[in-house]
Amino acid sequence: MADHRFIISGFGGQGVMSMGMILAYAGMLEGKEVTWLPSYGPEMRGGTANCHVIISDKPISSPIVSKATSVVAMNLPSLTKFQDSLEDGGSIFINASLINIKPDRKNIKDYYISANDIAMQLQNSKIANMVMLGAIIKETGVVRIETVEKVLEKMFQGEKAKLIPVNKEALKKGEVLQN
Amino acid sequence: MAKVLMKGNEAFGAAAIKAGCKYFFGYPITPQNEIPEYMSRELPKIGGCFLQAESEIAAINMVYGASGAGVRVMTSSSSPGIALKQEGISYIASCELPCVIINVSRGGPGLGGIQPSQSDYFQNTRGGGNGDYRTPVYAPANLQEVIDMTMDAFDVADQYRIPVIISADGMIGQMMEPIEFKERTGRSLPSKEWAATGTNEEREPNSINSLYIVHEDLEKHNWKLDAKHKLIEENEVQYEMYQMKDAEFVVVAYGTTSRIVKSAIMDMKKEGLNVGLIRPKTLWPYPYKAFDEIPKSTKGILTVEMSTGQMIDDVKIGNNGRFPIHFLGSPGGSVPSPEMIAEKIKNILGGEKK
Repeated sequence: MADHRFIISGFGGQGVMSMGMILAYAGMLEGKEVTWLPSYGPEMRGGTANCHVIISDKPISSPIVSKATSVVAMNLPSLTKFQDSLEDGGSIFINASLINIKPDRKNIKDYYISANDIAMQLQNSKIANMVMLGAIIKETGVVRIETVEKVLEKMFQGEKAKLIPVNKEALKKGEVLQN
Repeated sequence: MAKVLMKGNEAFGAAAIKAGCKYFFGYPITPQNEIPEYMSRELPKIGGCFLQAESEIAAINMVYGASGAGVRVMTSSSSPGIALKQEGISYIASCELPCVIINVSRGGPGLGGIQPSQSDYFQNTRGGGNGDYRTPVYAPANLQEVIDMTMDAFDVADQYRIPVIISADGMIGQMMEPIEFKERTGRSLPSKEWAATGTNEEREPNSINSLYIVHEDLEKHNWKLDAKHKLIEENEVQYEMYQMKDAEFVVVAYGTTSRIVKSAIMDMKKEGLNVGLIRPKTLWPYPYKAFDEIPKSTKGILTVEMSTGQMIDDVKIGNNGRFPIHFLGSPGGSVPSPEMIAEKIKNILGGEKK
């Protein structure tokens, strides 16, 4: 597919903005056209935040995703709000640790990832987003996992470099889940 | 140089510094806060000065002073904050001082909202300050243009000794896109012999002043400014013509809205409908001449703005009565969708066929 359009949504603090940013960064490193657009309404900590990410082989005109090829729902309000923004045949990635219902949409592919539970197994509650990202990449093939690892190495430097291994592990866990 | 992923607001800051701007004065307001944030972090590293003023009015007057001293200086704000700066902009324009002012606009009037808007078209192009002055206005539609236009803006400001405005909106400010700093040949610029830098008792003092109490002097001053404005109108117009060949219909849009229009144009092309776009990259001077290039196949013009219709006045001037003009607006924060634009055009064309 030449055109990937993501809506990534969750509670503020779940890392949905960074998830989108890492995707966009990886797309750029692979020479693709990318845009990242955050919601910036009067959001607050604990409120729902989202970002739109487009990764394409062609120049991107509008950075707004009206029909998504993939929706990522890290919490229940995100599922409710964005399941209808998914195009027919699109994929929805559901954080099964926090969402225990299924989308009421037909003609879509639904994936369930217990992102928070897996993050807790890795003893880092903050990396549920990376578990989810592993699953998204495996399923959509939007970028290569090696490129994302390269992005992590660029993002976490100096003091923060110690966070690279656990983030890579989280990515791998998410990836394996789909097999 | 390799591409980097940057937020629009950060790109404004990075481009300004690259252009040699070492001084920034501002006051916080959403959705442009990443500009002062970036400048407060980066300017001290290069021996510059970032100062958060007590108000927008103070900030623009600090810009006035710094510019009078001959340095490259910038301020940024969003719509109601830009309204507060108008007095200072008028003084700076009268004193013929160069500076760059970024307006990452939001909905109005009054405090309005924080979502993207283009309802500052009048404020940016007509100005809210008093007197016969103009300000060049650049309207970037993507982050590479944010970089290129910001750097050009400093050159244009210096060349013509004039305040330059960059008109963006919340979406351009908040989104991320890859950008690169291209090799650029800057303009050859006159030295700032007018700057108030201290005489060292070696020359006559320079004074910076906007008061002309003798009416003949004021009139002369205004004709001088007018001649400069005419030169800018002649030399600095920028616009893009997109898919105009054999266009059955033409849309006029700038900035964020032009991107949505391009999406709509591609969708309509798949359905066999040829629609073109005139995209002004400078809002003043306005690309009136672009309207002379509209093909005869065109049945009408649609102006799309995130306002109740402001640029449409310039569209009417450029069109000069040739084609029927229609309008699609979204004032107050929602960005129009490609579907809305396509539907509007199909409705207009459908109506004409009957």
